[in-house]
Amino acid sequence: MVYETICENLKDQFENSWDSYGMLVLDLSADKLLPLVTRLKEEFGFTLLLDVTAVDFPERELRFDVVYHLYSSKHNKRLRLKVQVPESKPAVETVTGLYGSARYLEREAHEMYGIEFTGNNDLRPILLYEGFVGHPLRKDYPIDMEQPIVEYRK
Amino acid sequence: MAMMDFITTRRDELVGWVRKFSLFPYPFVTACCGMEFMAVASTLYDTDRFGAALPRFTPRQSDLLMVVGTISHKEAPVIKRVYDQMCEPKWVMAFGACATSGGFYRNYAAVQGVDKVIPVDIYVPGCPPRPEMVIDAIMKLQDSIARERHPIFPFEQPNPAKI
Repeated sequence: MVYETICENLKDQFENSWDSYGMLVLDLSADKLLPLVTRLKEEFGFTLLLDVTAVDFPERELRFDVVYHLYSSKHNKRLRLKVQVPESKPAVETVTGLYGSARYLEREAHEMYGIEFTGNNDLRPILLYEGFVGHPLRKDYPIDMEQPIVEYRK
Repeated sequence: MAMMDFITTRRDELVGWVRKFSLFPYPFVTACCGMEFMAVASTLYDTDRFGAALPRFTPRQSDLLMVVGTISHKEAPVIKRVYDQMCEPKWVMAFGACATSGGFYRNYAAVQGVDKVIPVDIYVPGCPPRPEMVIDAIMKLQDSIARERHPIFPFEQPNPAKI
């Protein structure tokens, strides 16, 4: 029910929508993200941000999908948003102003995929350490490349 | 004089016999192998029978470092420091496939075996190892401790440092 209302009321905010195993997925461009999420939170009760992550498609021109999962506690529905960004400027606006949990999730997406979240000025690594070069979950990161901190024994 | 008033033995054998039954383990538990460590340390299997049951939760008081679980690159300096804080004599057990060789992790995060960072005396493979294997490893380690040289006097040449 709420899915139809979203598609009807917000149809100028996204480019494409489809159903993925019973969950509504919206494709949108990076500049529409913040207004759309704001409206989803205020009008449809999507008060919980479940995940911010990315998917790497090395062959695509817009290389990364930044994926947001939202949950509406009002309607008991989940929603997935996908934003495509190019490798040259993998940047989307931060949603930390709307969801506090986005601070950690965006930091993780930043260290693992190198996505820039403009407006979030605390993108220190969480799981990686200072001095780590590259983004390990990108497809072009060599799968067995290690960057040890302590010197290995001879 | 009664028959059993004194015995004769080699000094190293006596010290080794004493030391092998007073292992104080320091469990460095990082992953799921910790569940198996709890099983082997508690009543059903009970490492106390081998004199190795009283975990000291500071490396300064322990002499057996049990590395239980995956060691990531971010954690490697920590385990190096823990090992350096232990007093001689000290032994290290690599508990489980991850501590032994990195296990099935071959990526940017996992150290491919804790012996890349600190010297290991005994390896227990398995994901996780059976309690019988851990007990067997403790007994094998005790055997090797019993066979080691044990310099205890200041004028003796110390064992080569394990670094």
